[in-house]
Amino acid sequence: MTRLQFAASSALISLAMIGGHSFAAEPEALLVIKDHKFEPLEVKVPAGQRVRLIVHNQDATPEEFESHDLNREKVVPAGAKVTIYIGPLKPGRYGFYGEYHEASAKGAVVAE
Amino acid sequence: MFGVAIIVFRETLEAALFVGIIAAATRGLIGRSWYLTGGILAGVAGAFALASGAEHISALADGIGQDLVNAGILGVALTMLTWHCVWVSNNGQMAAADARALGTSLQDGQNRPWALMVVVAMSVLREGAETVLFVAGYAQGAGQTGMVAGAIFGALGGTAAGLLIYVGLSRVPVKKLFAVTNSLILLLAASIASQLARALSQAGLVNAWGQSLWDTSGWLRVDSPFGVVAHALAGYDPQPTGLQVAFYLLALFVMLSGSHWVQRAQTRARLDRVR
Repeated sequence: MTRLQFAASSALISLAMIGGHSFAAEPEALLVIKDHKFEPLEVKVPAGQRVRLIVHNQDATPEEFESHDLNREKVVPAGAKVTIYIGPLKPGRYGFYGEYHEASAKGAVVAE
Repeated sequence: MFGVAIIVFRETLEAALFVGIIAAATRGLIGRSWYLTGGILAGVAGAFALASGAEHISALADGIGQDLVNAGILGVALTMLTWHCVWVSNNGQMAAADARALGTSLQDGQNRPWALMVVVAMSVLREGAETVLFVAGYAQGAGQTGMVAGAIFGALGGTAAGLLIYVGLSRVPVKKLFAVTNSLILLLAASIASQLARALSQAGLVNAWGQSLWDTSGWLRVDSPFGVVAHALAGYDPQPTGLQVAFYLLALFVMLSGSHWVQRAQTRARLDRVR
């Protein structure tokens, strides 16, 4: 590993650790992208607290997770697992979609 | 093919509008075409690099690597824009006033626009990476020729929008050009600040003010044509969080007051020299 790579990854890890220490164990929810569709179609999360949404793209092509209601937008490369923090949410339904395959990739986060 | 075109169009639109505004703002500067081209090429090269490293990056830092890189890119762009608005544009106006007084050419007095070129590169890099990822992914799946044609059409469409705004701004009389392009750049910077706020919330780095303050999608949807332009030019978001609004207003405040303060200091210095 070159010094630059080491410095860069140290910086990233430090930032992540700072971020990591700023919260206690918070609820996680898993969302899978398969065949350009989301599974499950409705993700249930607790209202009123921050939630760690893990999006796992099991397709061979990238997808972009996007939601106007949740105010989130993130590219998920093929085979990758990304972390998206959402909330705190008021109880309700928050739609999301896959921008690269909008016809089939649709779902919602239900906060209750 | 049409689906590909729409998506590529949307991705290139923001960068193209950006480049168009900055191209208009730097009209008349010697060699600025070289800087502009350099910025765009650097952005394109970076976009390919970012796209090819996307899988690796997204796994970094426990799944938020991409947000960290994004925040870095936005941070650099914001810093450069702030520097330009507060400092360089003032120097430009000052130098222009002096130059006119001395009878020398306008171009001799202005700084080289490298800060704006970095912003151009950052903007092209961000949107470009998403475009490359999408097109590369699509190429593995659907039919090849339809996809390539769609991607080209989409990119041309986005570029046309950038050219449109450049031509539109070129018709602004030179006296007003500074004010108009500075205002546009101000809005672009505030919009970037708002996106930075969102990236930080998304990555879980900031946990404050994360709730949406209002919802204006009943009045103007962000995926309507008007909404797309409003989003690209001024960062319109129908459901902004408190943090986004705070960053937006803070960026406006810092740049307006910083620019005003620098202008006053320079005017005082000029008057002191004359006395």
